[in-house]
Amino acid sequence: MELINQHTKAIMEGCKERARAAGLTFTDESLEYIVTNRDLIELSPKVMIPTLYDYWVHDVEVLRGKGEYELYPHNPYETVINTRPPISFYNDNNPDWLNVMIFYHVLGHIDFFQNNLYFRHTWEYDFTGQALSDKRVIAKLRAEKGRWVDYILEFARSIDNLVAYHDELSPLFMAPETATSSRLDYYFDVFLQVEKKLPVGEYLKEVARYNGAIAQNREEGERIFFAEVTAKYPEMEAHFTKSQNVKRVERRDLMKFLVENSEFLARDENQWMRSVLEVVRKTSIFFQPQIRTKIMNEGWASYWHEKLFLVDDRIKGHEVDFARVHAGVTSMPRVGMNPYALGMRLMYQLKENGDKGKTGYEFNRLSDREQRKHFDAAAGKGDEYLFKIRSNYCDYLFIKDFIDQDFTNRYDLFVTGKRLDPQRMVWQYYVKSRDANDYRDMVLASLYHPPHIEIAPERGEEGMLYLVHHFEGKQLVSEYIANTLVGIEYLWGAPVQLETSEAVIEQQRGSSGREGVEEPEITWQRVVYTMKEKVLSRQIL
Amino acid sequence: MTNPERYLEELKAKGLAPEREARFREELAGRWQISTADRRGPFPDFSRSLYAWHDLAVLQDQERVPNPYQLHMKALDELLERDRQREKDGFPRKIRVGRLIKPGKGGKGKIVVVPSTEEEKLIHDPTIRPPGEGGSTGGSGKGEEGEVIGEQKVRETGEEPGQGPGQGEGEAHEMGASAYELGRVLTEQFQLPNLKEKGKKRSFTRYIYDLTDRNRGSGQVLDKKATLRKIVETNISLGNLPDPADMDPTRFLISPRDKVYRIFSQEKDYEPQAMVFFLRDYSGSMAGKVTELVATQHVMIYSWLLYQYAGQVESRFILHDTEAKEVPDFDTYYNSRVAGGTEVASAYKLVNEIVEKENLAADYNIYVFHGTDGDDWDTGGDKSIPELVKILSYVSRMGVTIAEHAGTQWTEVARYLENSGLLRDKPDLLRMDIMHEDAEEARVIEGIKRLIS
Repeated sequence: MELINQHTKAIMEGCKERARAAGLTFTDESLEYIVTNRDLIELSPKVMIPTLYDYWVHDVEVLRGKGEYELYPHNPYETVINTRPPISFYNDNNPDWLNVMIFYHVLGHIDFFQNNLYFRHTWEYDFTGQALSDKRVIAKLRAEKGRWVDYILEFARSIDNLVAYHDELSPLFMAPETATSSRLDYYFDVFLQVEKKLPVGEYLKEVARYNGAIAQNREEGERIFFAEVTAKYPEMEAHFTKSQNVKRVERRDLMKFLVENSEFLARDENQWMRSVLEVVRKTSIFFQPQIRTKIMNEGWASYWHEKLFLVDDRIKGHEVDFARVHAGVTSMPRVGMNPYALGMRLMYQLKENGDKGKTGYEFNRLSDREQRKHFDAAAGKGDEYLFKIRSNYCDYLFIKDFIDQDFTNRYDLFVTGKRLDPQRMVWQYYVKSRDANDYRDMVLASLYHPPHIEIAPERGEEGMLYLVHHFEGKQLVSEYIANTLVGIEYLWGAPVQLETSEAVIEQQRGSSGREGVEEPEITWQRVVYTMKEKVLSRQIL
Repeated sequence: MTNPERYLEELKAKGLAPEREARFREELAGRWQISTADRRGPFPDFSRSLYAWHDLAVLQDQERVPNPYQLHMKALDELLERDRQREKDGFPRKIRVGRLIKPGKGGKGKIVVVPSTEEEKLIHDPTIRPPGEGGSTGGSGKGEEGEVIGEQKVRETGEEPGQGPGQGEGEAHEMGASAYELGRVLTEQFQLPNLKEKGKKRSFTRYIYDLTDRNRGSGQVLDKKATLRKIVETNISLGNLPDPADMDPTRFLISPRDKVYRIFSQEKDYEPQAMVFFLRDYSGSMAGKVTELVATQHVMIYSWLLYQYAGQVESRFILHDTEAKEVPDFDTYYNSRVAGGTEVASAYKLVNEIVEKENLAADYNIYVFHGTDGDDWDTGGDKSIPELVKILSYVSRMGVTIAEHAGTQWTEVARYLENSGLLRDKPDLLRMDIMHEDAEEARVIEGIKRLIS
């Protein structure tokens, strides 16, 4: 692993200039390394962060990766990680014109990392440095505690999707003008609604009264407002003070909850486990935005590498080479879904919508297909619109808002189904639906979505931890439940219960399963799993 | 190749027992073949998750030399040991050792052994769907709703490439499939002499990451000493340091480029290495049980070395009848048959030539294992012994296995080896093991102990 040579670095700097001129923004410094394929196989399980803590499961994956590589050798061009400065990895045998394309792709990613608000919490520090220090902490612990460090790592990783990423993110967005005092929050959010159960009309009057007070006197408005409140509800102050002393219970972040509330982890001899949990939690939260912006991020990078490459004067004569590589990356597969291709086409669509003014009310109220097709208000706001979306959207919103029938028609998209023909024993791939709603649902269903599991401390008996899985139409992978709960029980130091929903599938009789696939009857039931002393039991509610 | 018929005539002229001549005649019949191939399913993208797409997989191109998985055998063993410990600590085992299969022609697939494990989490199960429905994914192009656009046989190759391990059947003597486990089992039964350190020149694949590279302007950790040096250099050239004896740092200018950071770099580790020559007599007389025995023993030695040296071992395979040739892999080595006479000296000579030509003796610990039925047309070992003496000047160990045919005893090779006195004079370097063609596996292992203990 070594830095790219000066010649190549100069190409990169040239790309940076042109990308900046096109409107992308990113920090000046970046590190580019030459790596071998073997390096990349070794880095992959560590999400390309060379300094990520050592863990045996990574070793297993490296061995597996090498086995696969032996059977199916492949040659990756590059990959980029979101650090300060951003680091990207390259193969050493790329020709210059290809590097130009790849650098633009990488700069697209870097611009995305540094401007998309879902990455907001990663902006202020260098994760590789942080990871190196974490790695040393874990190595040190391993020297003292031996394999138990790995068990704790394993248990921590088994729940590292149950972190409240959005809770972590939301305070970072608070605009100064919306900041309010905790007294005010308590009064309106809890006191009036929960304790006094004020009717809506009264409540709104109170809001209006507050706004009036602020309008009259910006500095002292709140004090004046509360003077009246105290006169009306003398108990309000006492309630507020009391509420401040009540410790807020973390309901959606199981990892944080365990760190803060587990009596087992609070014991002197177990304190070290908390640091392991913290490391795993921090790492998980760091990577959450990556996984939630896959289609956008790849689409954005592909959009820009195409756009910038084609106007780059340094690559004259390699247009055909470029076209071949680029098509491989961004072609829509006949069957399957390529996030590069999908994301890039959506970006082009949005740019066009912005340019033609198809983003406003006037366009959206049109229902005539021809009129929609030829609508052009010549708004010329494509770039502005695109950059705004790049900053504010994640995959979920991107797909939900922008995949429409115009889009799927334009690119001939459909949902592919796969069904069994039992007589000939073949899988048939067929066009299942060309409806944009179906296509959108199919894409949304494939997005990352950790289950919504909440902690209900009031429901656990005698130190038991009670977890409630809110049903969203999908059940949990049942064979994973046992081992995950073993880990949670260990970290909690007492038995654990998990309430969840499970499918009961009724086999329909008489259907051949070929013509017009019949959906079998699925009913859902609530069940509770209990993990006590490493023994799992299940009970139907 | 020298004409064996003519050579036989020459030997006959010197005087040859009729039963030996009959056996030599029998040797002149046999064949050998090898095949490998490559294939993938029609829609490999179908079941790929959105997150299986990444810059690595998508922006990909040409092929490179594969890296044998054996290089990490030792790591795998450590993992398995860890897994056993898990059980003792009261948690279920988590590592499964499975095989990846690349289907090939005629049912001969290429197999590698890989470990795998799952990190269990509470996640949604996307598989709850109607039976017979294989899920859905995107698609693009022409076609009415309901139109079938492609088909795939349910049972064809068994698995999609890269799919879960632990499935499929290996060929009977597929090296990749069982070498590792075999090596592990064998190791528990016997130990070999320690490896002499020699020529640590090839890098081993063990890498560590550390902050060793330097970069100006940005990086992970500021290198204070180097930065200070740069600042001083800058200021000398700026003329801010007229007198080195009287340094006034308050006048120094500090350019951002003066800051030197240490950044990550991969550090290589070096390990010693071994070169093993496997020699096998593949003449006509080696048919049946004898080949089986010799090859089995070589499989075991090969496995053991893979395991013991964590992959830092290279193997060369040499087949001989009256003439020796090198073959590329164990598969060919194992499966080849030929009709022809036997001349052990040719194989020894080839080993010497290779070692000399490639200057292997300087950098490698060399092991030579020779398997034969003991027949040698060079009855007195007049040609073999000088070559053998040459080999003994550089090897760490040479082992000769003789699998005797039923009814024969004290074969030519055994006799001339014994008479040469080398077995007695150099027991550290040369070993011989004679077994009967009906020997059981336990006996074969016993033989390995004799050869390498």
